[in-house]
Amino acid sequence: MSSLSASEAFLGVPPVEIPAPLSVRVEDLHVTYRASLERRPTVARRLRRLGRGERVVREVHALRGVSFDVLQGQVVGVVGANGAGKSTLMRALAGILPPTQGRIEVHGRVSTLLALGVGFNAKLTGRQNVTLGGLAAGLDREEIARRYAEIADFAELGEDFMDMPMLTYSSGMYARLAFSVAVHMEPDILIVDEALSTGDARFKEKSFARMQELCAQARTIFLVSHGLSTITQLCTEAMWIDKGALVERGDPAKVVSAYRRFLKVGATAVTQEDV
Amino acid sequence: MSDVQVYTPFRGGLPRLGPYARELWARRQFALELARTEIRTENTGTGLGQLWLVLNPLLLAFVYYVLTSILSGKPGGGARLAHIMAGLFVFYFFSSAVVGGAMSILSSSRLILNTAFPKMLLPISVVLVSFMRFLPSLGIYAVVHVVTGQPVRWQMLWGIVPLVLVLVFATGLAMLLATVNLYFRDTKSFLPYTMRVWLYLSPVLWLPEQVRGSLAFLRWANPLFPLLGSWSEAVVEGRAPQAWMLGAGAAWAVVALLVGAWALLSREREFAVRL
Ligand SMILES: Nc1ncnc2c1ncn2[C@@H]1O[C@H](COP(=O)(O)OP(=O)(O)OP(=O)(O)O)[C@@H](O)[C@H]1O
Ligand SMILES: [Mg+2]
Repeated sequence: MSSLSASEAFLGVPPVEIPAPLSVRVEDLHVTYRASLERRPTVARRLRRLGRGERVVREVHALRGVSFDVLQGQVVGVVGANGAGKSTLMRALAGILPPTQGRIEVHGRVSTLLALGVGFNAKLTGRQNVTLGGLAAGLDREEIARRYAEIADFAELGEDFMDMPMLTYSSGMYARLAFSVAVHMEPDILIVDEALSTGDARFKEKSFARMQELCAQARTIFLVSHGLSTITQLCTEAMWIDKGALVERGDPAKVVSAYRRFLKVGATAVTQEDV
Repeated sequence: MSDVQVYTPFRGGLPRLGPYARELWARRQFALELARTEIRTENTGTGLGQLWLVLNPLLLAFVYYVLTSILSGKPGGGARLAHIMAGLFVFYFFSSAVVGGAMSILSSSRLILNTAFPKMLLPISVVLVSFMRFLPSLGIYAVVHVVTGQPVRWQMLWGIVPLVLVLVFATGLAMLLATVNLYFRDTKSFLPYTMRVWLYLSPVLWLPEQVRGSLAFLRWANPLFPLLGSWSEAVVEGRAPQAWMLGAGAAWAVVALLVGAWALLSREREFAVRL
């Protein structure tokens, strides 16, 4: 890359910045949930409804035509009201929800922190859960053993707690360990969905530093947060999603202020903090 | 970047089997760890702990021994006890694998909504749990076998064949029912009764030779007839099982596995939006 721009400079052409390689491309993405109206969809009720000609499945059109490209090394903040479709978009990027229409192209391995401690079992000790969480994320045993010390150090729970069942953890401790496992998976793309909010100020700072570190290694990060200051501090770009559509995308400060105007709230302490 | 993944709309049909099998193999340790976790945590609260793994089937075998003795009007003797135990232990394994497997997808909704992995791991892991629970009961059977004076011959090793076939048959059925249960949620409510009747229709409380007349159809209509029949012939009587039983058992097992895997694979991408 550098030799190319050097030769161009030599030829008297102004050096062009060559864009980083593509990380994620989303084209006209639609996702529809098929929520069952019945709490318990049973054959009998289905037959009864069929007789009356009612629809049993209610379709929730959660994403309606979202398109964007993200380059490697970006930290993308995602904001939007409750139910806007942020988590749905993240699940689609992680390959969990299939598109109903459209196309997603992902370059690299995705590690998700969609909900805290997925795959964890509270009856197991922290140490056992690191193994279980790592295996759930697709690592093998040797890799996890190699990273174990680093993960435990980062979570800073103390050796005693690593060998206690996670039932005995506070929710912040639980979140710390879960976060620590996710960021040590060496993903190419990290997706964080409102996971930073339970850590204390010190741990939050540490997570910021770790995320910046990951970006420096040309990893791509998606960060969903209602803490608007987190978005402006940490992200290189932001997108605002409303009712399943991409409303605005670009500089985090601009997107966040547009979103704030939409919500008709000022930059008060409430919107700044992760509550 | 090494690997590119493209997600496009779900159109039904099978995924590409090669990559799927590779992914499944890569996650085998996760399935094992899930199974181990289940075993490790289930009896932690009870006084006798893991001892229940062998006590449960043992007590159940005695209950049925008493029942059959009363029904036939005379105490059954050692051979009958050994036959009931051998059959019941395997049936117990089969039934818990199938009933647990049927719930495996629905009960892991959190895992499915937040991690991308081959869903086939879930029923497989449940079958593994049941199998691990079953293994210690073989030790009990060995003691009963010797104490009641049944023959110890090398032909008993034939028992491995029907045992593996039951494992395959149960895996196929677990996959099928796990998928069906997502669309018709009554499935799980019917299962306990189905299993109870299935036990009575299988050569566990009676000997394979005892079916005559109008009940002879069981020999070909009940998959567990050849499977448990050949198991008992090998393990209890210490002789090579009849060839037709092994053949029929193998056919049932392969058909169940193919149908179950096809049902699960062709629907699995849709699971996340249907939970
Ligand atoms: N499992 C599901 N089944 C059916 N509908 C769902 C499911 N999950 C989400 N939805 C619907 O999809 C829409 C988008 O939900 P989503 O979880 O993506 O919102 P969000 O932007 O993450 O909101 P929040 O800020 O509250 O986390 C909502 O209307 C919601 O009702
Ligand atoms: Mg959300």
